[in-house]
Amino acid sequence: MDPLTDFIAVLPEALLLGCACLVLVADLFLRERHPNAAYGMTLVSLAAVAAAAAGPLSTGLERYAFGGMYLSDAMSAVLKLTAIFATALTLVYARSYALKRGMWRGELFALGLFALLGVMSMISANNLIMVYLGLELQSLALYGLVALRRDDARATEAAMKYFVLGALASGFLLYGMSMLYGATGTLDINALAQRIHSGQPIHSVLVLGTIFVVAGIAFKLGAAPFHMWVPDVYQGAPTPVALLLASAPKLAAFAIAFRILVEGLPQLAVDWQRMIAVLALTSIAVGNVTAVAQTNLKRMLGYSTVAQMGFLLLALLAGVVGGNTAITAGAYGAAMFYVVTYALATAGCFGVILLLSREGFEAEEIADLRGLAKRSPWYAFVMTLLMLSLAGLPPTVGFTAKFVVLQALVSESGSGPMWWLAVIAVLFSVVGAFYYLRIVKTMWFDEGTDQHPLEAGPDMRIALTANGLALLVLGILPQGLLALCNGAVLRALGG
Amino acid sequence: MSAHFPWLSLAIWLPIVFGAYLLAVGRTAAPGGIRAVALTGAVLSLLVTLPVIAGFDAGTPNLQFTEKFLWIARPTAHYYLGVDGISMWFVPLTAFITVIAVLAGWKSIETRLSQYYAAFLILSGLMIGVFCAADGLLFYVFFEATLIPMYLIIGVWGGPRRVYAAIKFFLYTLLGSLLMLVALVYLYQASGGSFDIIAWQKLPLGRTPQILLFLAFLAAFAVKVPMWPVHTWLPDAHVEAPTAGSVVLAAIMLKLGAYGFLRFSLPIAPDAAHELSWLIIAMSLIAVVYIGFVALVQTDMKKLVAYSSIAHMGFVTLGFFVFSPAGVEGAIAQMISHGFVSGAMFLCIGVLYDRTHSRNIADYGGVVNTMPRFAAFAMLFAMANCGLPATSGFVGEFLVILGAVQFDFWIGAIAATTLVLGAAYSLWMYKRVIFGDIGNPAVAQLQDIDGREFLALGLLAVAVLWMGVYPAPVIDVLHTSVAELLAHVSQAKFVAGSL
Repeated sequence: MDPLTDFIAVLPEALLLGCACLVLVADLFLRERHPNAAYGMTLVSLAAVAAAAAGPLSTGLERYAFGGMYLSDAMSAVLKLTAIFATALTLVYARSYALKRGMWRGELFALGLFALLGVMSMISANNLIMVYLGLELQSLALYGLVALRRDDARATEAAMKYFVLGALASGFLLYGMSMLYGATGTLDINALAQRIHSGQPIHSVLVLGTIFVVAGIAFKLGAAPFHMWVPDVYQGAPTPVALLLASAPKLAAFAIAFRILVEGLPQLAVDWQRMIAVLALTSIAVGNVTAVAQTNLKRMLGYSTVAQMGFLLLALLAGVVGGNTAITAGAYGAAMFYVVTYALATAGCFGVILLLSREGFEAEEIADLRGLAKRSPWYAFVMTLLMLSLAGLPPTVGFTAKFVVLQALVSESGSGPMWWLAVIAVLFSVVGAFYYLRIVKTMWFDEGTDQHPLEAGPDMRIALTANGLALLVLGILPQGLLALCNGAVLRALGG
Repeated sequence: MSAHFPWLSLAIWLPIVFGAYLLAVGRTAAPGGIRAVALTGAVLSLLVTLPVIAGFDAGTPNLQFTEKFLWIARPTAHYYLGVDGISMWFVPLTAFITVIAVLAGWKSIETRLSQYYAAFLILSGLMIGVFCAADGLLFYVFFEATLIPMYLIIGVWGGPRRVYAAIKFFLYTLLGSLLMLVALVYLYQASGGSFDIIAWQKLPLGRTPQILLFLAFLAAFAVKVPMWPVHTWLPDAHVEAPTAGSVVLAAIMLKLGAYGFLRFSLPIAPDAAHELSWLIIAMSLIAVVYIGFVALVQTDMKKLVAYSSIAHMGFVTLGFFVFSPAGVEGAIAQMISHGFVSGAMFLCIGVLYDRTHSRNIADYGGVVNTMPRFAAFAMLFAMANCGLPATSGFVGEFLVILGAVQFDFWIGAIAATTLVLGAAYSLWMYKRVIFGDIGNPAVAQLQDIDGREFLALGLLAVAVLWMGVYPAPVIDVLHTSVAELLAHVSQAKFVAGSL
């Protein structure tokens, strides 16, 4: 394959790499005179990268590059666009918060862009080494970001914890990959599936490898029982970084789960689906029940993420590999829809937390939301939409997402254990509804001490409003995004 | 499906648009303007339901005023609306009660006015949506979405224990409806990928799935109705809700559950309905008798009416499960009548509460001396509550007892005790509050009802009397649809011997 074709395929990543370096260097010279220059450049870069990443969406072409290391298709385009969008939202939400805390520097942008580059590489990876490279790039950038406030004890602790456990997870993943390589002699995900299909590899080695890979992915998703780092890191990391952690990396984790497990190891579906079922149920139970006991908002969102990831795993479980392609695509499309809307809702929640914080005051406790409906009814309304969406209540998109997952879960299986999974998941949603509703209650029913309306710049105001309303509009009219996700997955599965 | 004007969509979305507008203007608008916009919205929303009454053809059991558009392609769901004889009257009833609710909060609500009225208008549109939805998923979305405004209404404008009551209300009903969601998903699979409720009704189902479906629907609707023993959220919610919240809750929201039995439980799982009818009948009779006694000993007026609502709704579910035209039509008539009467009772309590800030029966006595016009209205509604002939309450109770006696004499006899119990708690409360000597100085200073209150109570009084004296327009609409429903329910859906 000639280099030009390769380059066209990786255009978004190449562009992002260039921009990240440019921002890093330019900030050194412009920081004093134009404090917002790097911010503007970053947003422009993200817009350009988004335009480049949207390409496969219109053509629908699958492009392999660099000898099959890299794959650019409609599915990667949708996930990348969401990740880019989430990163841009993060920066917009973070601006006033970071300015007041001396974090509004080139490092934030450059590391954010590098993390995004890692995310995008993972999304497009078609080779286990590529997956690992992307993962490490993302993780290293995020370790740095978590520790950005090095004078803050909690942030440092969070960074250490994240680094140690993250390294362990990377080790798991790498170990699993090496076993897969040992059994099949290939790192290419497509070739992996073919070699397993042809039947020579030793099954036990493959299963052992799969166990480690699944554990690694569960670690990155934050699924129980590999979730221990999530609440601590969410709580300890600076809020903008927690937002970054909570959104884009989940998209990447979904992508690698899909690429490795569904595309690479379909023959071992029976094995990994059982593991995923256990992970999903444990996450939903542990996440929801533990979140109830939290008083810290960021920590609560951490546990809520664990529960949400459990739901996402349910959808991964739902697709029966090798069955009817359309139904399978429906299941993985549901998972993709779930993770995209989850990223959107989480971004909004952290946005509200950032908005509430003032100079020298971290609005992290649930109690800090008291009386928000009186102070700023509009933001209380937006936060209400976000909470309802995370709780999965109509007419918000959170309901649609949970509904398509449940529907997928029971679609192929007909009867048997899947129904019980659906019922259990639904029952724990009621527990989940309790703590999300408690936030709504705190905002609307409790009296606050602070009566001042929240102040926000125009970019923040527009972004947060659009974010909240998007959840409502997508909830009422989900067809467009749902069809996009289903179509992308269908093509990825070769239907 | 001829191209006609989408009246049902208009009835659903007009109040929601008004509500959204009120939210948008928010704090900037003057209170007078907000009230005027809210009332205009409510009245216009009522007016657009009139063509539905006028254009309704009582001769066919099919859905009318249908609108159908593709909503979600995969899994396939439609924006599919339509009304039949069973649901038709609830559309104008909901809009009518919303007008009353807007009038009820006219003076007593002073905080967050625009949000208050927005919540009621949006709630009204959503509830009409529940009655009109002919697509299972659409039904569910409307059904669940009604929880949110009601949660806020109770929690923001409610009494001292409002937070507890609001969360209890929400979680109780959510738990029930999520099980229904699983049932809906199952039906989607079983019907080969359709959310069409009418198609579901024709779907052949085995015995076990029918029973599981029936129980899942029961979980959702029994909580909403509410039936004994899952009724405990209702007294809390009513006591803490503001007057208008109680009016809407009692008059319409409880009917969503009862309506669900007619739309889902009976036609989709008819064999299970027959098999488990003893359970529902037992739960209903306990509600009628036991809850009737519980109502008798209440010292809080709102609690008393709340328990009386549970007893009356027990009558409704009893009527459904005796499987006769008289029973089902009587139950539907009872639902409509209860909408007027319970709404009126809560409004009356609200009138007193606005003046004295007490709901304790013991704090009153001799109100007739200072509020004679109010006493006259309250008399009418108390009588209607115990089912006096020539009031709307009589029609439904009579038909249900008739149906119950046809089904089984003793069931009818136990149900008929409601006439005694209802009279006892309604009239005893009336006597203690309205008659006697003025014992409390606050009562001596009471002002009689003003023009706005007179209008709200007067409208309800007209409705109660009209339905009591001349119920034919309401009952006639029901015949064809109820006959079709019962004919459908009487046929077994599964082949004998199969599971």
